[in-house]
Amino acid sequence: MSDLTLRPPRAAGPARPRPAARSGLLRAVLVRLGTALLVLLCTATVSFFLVRLSGDPVRQLLPPDATAQQEHVLRASLGLDRPLVTQYLDFLWGLLHFDFGTSISYQEPVGHVLADRLPATLELAAAALVVTLVIAVPAGILAAMRRGRATDRGIMTGVLLGQSTPPFWVGILLILVFAVGLHALPASGYGSFANLVLPAVTLSVYSVAVVARLLRSSLIDVLSSDHIRTARAKGFGPVKTVLTHGLRNASLPVVTVIGLEVGSLLGGAILTERVFSWPGVGQLTIEAISNRDFPLVQATVLFFAATFVVVNLLVDLSYSLLDPRVRTSR
Amino acid sequence: MTLTSSAPPTAGAAPEAARGRRPAAVRTLLRNRLAVVALAFLAVLLVAAVFAPLIAPDDPNAQDLLMRLTPPAWQHGGSGAHLLGTDQLGRDMLSRVVYGTRVSLLVGAGAALLAGVIGTVVGLAAGYFGGWPDRVLMRLADVQLAFPSILLALAIVGFFGSGLWYVILVLGITGWVSYARVVRSEVMSLRSRDFVTEARAIGVTDVAIMRRHLLPNVMAPLATIGTLHIAAAIVAEASLSYLGLGVPKETVTWGSMLADGQLYLGTSWWVAVFPGIALMLTSLAVNITGDALRDVADPKAYRR
Repeated sequence: MSDLTLRPPRAAGPARPRPAARSGLLRAVLVRLGTALLVLLCTATVSFFLVRLSGDPVRQLLPPDATAQQEHVLRASLGLDRPLVTQYLDFLWGLLHFDFGTSISYQEPVGHVLADRLPATLELAAAALVVTLVIAVPAGILAAMRRGRATDRGIMTGVLLGQSTPPFWVGILLILVFAVGLHALPASGYGSFANLVLPAVTLSVYSVAVVARLLRSSLIDVLSSDHIRTARAKGFGPVKTVLTHGLRNASLPVVTVIGLEVGSLLGGAILTERVFSWPGVGQLTIEAISNRDFPLVQATVLFFAATFVVVNLLVDLSYSLLDPRVRTSR
Repeated sequence: MTLTSSAPPTAGAAPEAARGRRPAAVRTLLRNRLAVVALAFLAVLLVAAVFAPLIAPDDPNAQDLLMRLTPPAWQHGGSGAHLLGTDQLGRDMLSRVVYGTRVSLLVGAGAALLAGVIGTVVGLAAGYFGGWPDRVLMRLADVQLAFPSILLALAIVGFFGSGLWYVILVLGITGWVSYARVVRSEVMSLRSRDFVTEARAIGVTDVAIMRRHLLPNVMAPLATIGTLHIAAAIVAEASLSYLGLGVPKETVTWGSMLADGQLYLGTSWWVAVFPGIALMLTSLAVNITGDALRDVADPKAYRR
C-alpha cells in the first residue's frame, strides 16, 4: 500500500527535480507491480493446494460403487495421477497463458465459463458503483457541512444501519417490499433494467455507508484547514468552497479505503447474486464449490484476488492524479 | 469490558494510573445512551444464548407438519402456541430465533478472540522488531487482504465440510490483519519511548517487554477492533449459513433460517423476517458498542 508515499528519495534535491521524479515514480510503480504479482502467485498457490488438501476430488466425483478401473480412468483424464509438483508447475504454466484448465461440471474451458458470467457481474458492479456515488457523495458532503445537526445525525444513523446490515438481509427486505408487497419490481431474473434495480441497490448499501462516513470525516478535517478559510475569506460561498477546494483534498483517504473495502464488496457481490439468482461470477463460485469443480474454484478465487489487486493498484496510481504533492515530492 | 486497560500511553505500565482512569472511561461510555441500550440488548442476547433451553417454548427442531407456516400469534390464523409463527416444517420460530443466538454469539466471540490473539502476536513482533520480520509479516498481511475472506471461508468450508468449529477457525484465521496493523503502528510509536528503552537497558527480555509494557498499552484499540470484528464475524457466519455452507443443517442459525425463509417470502414473510431482524439488531448493537468504545479510547475521533 504505502510504497508510493513512503519512498521519497531524499537525495534528489531541488536542483535536479525532473529526472529524479521520473525514476522515483517508476521505481515505486515497479515495486507495486512486483508486490501485486507476488500476491497473485501466493493466491494461486493457496487455492491450488487448498482444493487438493481437502480430499480426493476423484472419490468425491464418482458414485460410491465405482470400480477401481473407473477411478483410474477418471484420475488420468483429470491429470490427477501425475506427481503434485508436476501438476502445480503445469497449473502455473497454464496461468501464464490464461489457460485455467477444463471445468469438470461444464466440460468446457474454464476461461469460457468465466467469460460467459463476467458481463452480468460487471453490469451489477457498475450499477452499484453508480448508486454508491450518487447517494454517498451528496450524503457525505451534507453531513460534513451540517455537522452535529439533525441532518448529520440522520445521515450517520443511516450509515450505521447500512454498515450493520448484511447484504442478503437487505436483498430479502427489498424483495419483500418491492416484489412481494408492491409488485413493482421482479424478485429475480436477468436482462432488463427492472431486473437490475434491486440487486444494484442491495450491493451498494454497504459501500454507500462506508463512503459517506469516510467522506464526511475526511471533509471535516479538510474544512478546518487554512486554504478553506482563505477561500471563504475571498468570498466563496460554503457550497462552492466545498466543491472546488474541499472535495478533491478529502477524496484521498476515501479512495484508499475503497481499495481496502473491495474485498468485502466482492463478498457482498457473491451474496447479492445468490439472493437474486443473478447469473454472475459470484453464483458461479458457489456452484463450483458445491460441485467440487476444482479447476473452476481455482479460477474464480484467482479472479476475485486479481480484481482486488488491480483495484488497489489503480488506487495507488490515482494518488498522483488526486494529489499533486505525491507527484512533485520525488 | 476490556476497557479497563485504556491506560494513557504516557503512563507506560503504571497500574495506578490505569485504575484511576477506569471510572472516567466507564462514565464516558455510560453517558452514550445509545451504547447503554446496545449493551443492554447484548446482555439480553447473552442470557438468551446461555439459557436457551429454559427460554425457548419448544424444541427448535421439533417438527409439526400439521402446523406448518402458521402466522405469528397476532395475525389472522395465528396460534398462541407459536408466538412468532412456524416455519415450513412447523418448527416454532421463537424457539429457533432464541437458539440461533447461540451460534451467532459463539462464532462472533470465538472468531474475534482467535483473530485477536494471532493479530496481536504478529503486530507486536512486527512493530517491536521492525526490519525484515516487519516486512515479511506486513507482506503476508497484504496477501491475506487480497484473498477475500468470505471466499476463503467458502472454499475451506465447502471443501473440508461444514461445522461450527471450522467456521470459527476460518473466520478467526482470516480476520487477523486489522488487529496486526493497529498493534504494529501503536508499538512502533511506543518502542522508542523511555519506559521501553529503560526496560531494555536493565536487561528485561523482549518477550517480557512486549507482555508487560507494550501489550497493556494496545488493549484499548484492540478492544475496539475486537468488538467491531465480532459484528463482522456474526454477519460472516450468517452469510455462510445463508449460502448453505456454514454449520450442519441440524444446527439452528439465523443465516440458514433466512435462506429457508426466502423460499416462502411470497406467502409467509415471518419465516425470513424474524431471524433477519435478530441478525440485524445483533450486528447493530455490537457495532454501536464498538463505536462507543472507540469514542472513549480515542477522544479525537469522538469530536468528529
